[in-house]
Amino acid sequence: MASDTKHLEIALETVVESVNLAEEMCLRVAEAAGFGEDDCYRIGMSVREGVINAFHYGNKERPDKRIHLAVDLTADKMIIHVLDEGAGFNLSDVPDPLAEENLLSTSGRGIFLMRAFMDEFDVVSGKTGGAEIVMSKKLPASGRASPNGQGGQSATPQQEA
Amino acid sequence: MSLHATHRDAGQVTVVDLSGRIILGDGSALLRKTIRGLLDDQRKKILLNLADVDYIDSSGIGELVSGFTAVKNQSGDLKLLHLTKKVRDLLQITKLYTVFDVFTDENTALQSFG
Repeated sequence: MASDTKHLEIALETVVESVNLAEEMCLRVAEAAGFGEDDCYRIGMSVREGVINAFHYGNKERPDKRIHLAVDLTADKMIIHVLDEGAGFNLSDVPDPLAEENLLSTSGRGIFLMRAFMDEFDVVSGKTGGAEIVMSKKLPASGRASPNGQGGQSATPQQEA
Repeated sequence: MSLHATHRDAGQVTVVDLSGRIILGDGSALLRKTIRGLLDDQRKKILLNLADVDYIDSSGIGELVSGFTAVKNQSGDLKLLHLTKKVRDLLQITKLYTVFDVFTDENTALQSFG
């Protein structure tokens, strides 16, 4: 990890309230990093969807499992990791929610929304098993950190929680 | 902000005024309970007023679709009124804008139920 990368991580309980907590935490980082209202909305929604995915599909709503959320703020982008303790999954197995036969499905749009709202999106196998969602958003030009790591805005997240 | 729902009768149509966020948890549950309650009361022409709903996540979208299907299965109609920009954009990118009947004027919406 580059020395000027700010890192924040938290282990969340597998409960519904963790979705709001994760969204709130990442929104604060995004706002401090200089993202505008629309991008904050997209980041917040993506974090929600990532944690909902971990809560529901990954950890199967089992309270003995944890959801690991990490945020890295580099010189040019905000990177979000959501790791569950489930069995993992392949992106290619996720049905297309825009397909005619899936339009009236009551679930299965979370991955699509994260892909739509973030600049980069991928799902990898976690080091200890489970699925790790990795997604990022480029910082707005005015919010990009200077080479000395001090940040281009007055408000930047604190180093390492 | 949690979801609030009140409903009022406009002839054969029930208008449900929603405010807050339709998200995983209480928000989605309240929407489900409201629609199922109206169906139990044989109110099958439902207009959801989303003027004060500025946030819906995938769980909320799923609940809207579930309600739409439940009403259709009972030969009713569920339509949407006054979408905020964020909600409209969300329904457009998920292609649901073409599934729901969406209105910007309440009288026009009410008349469309026939």
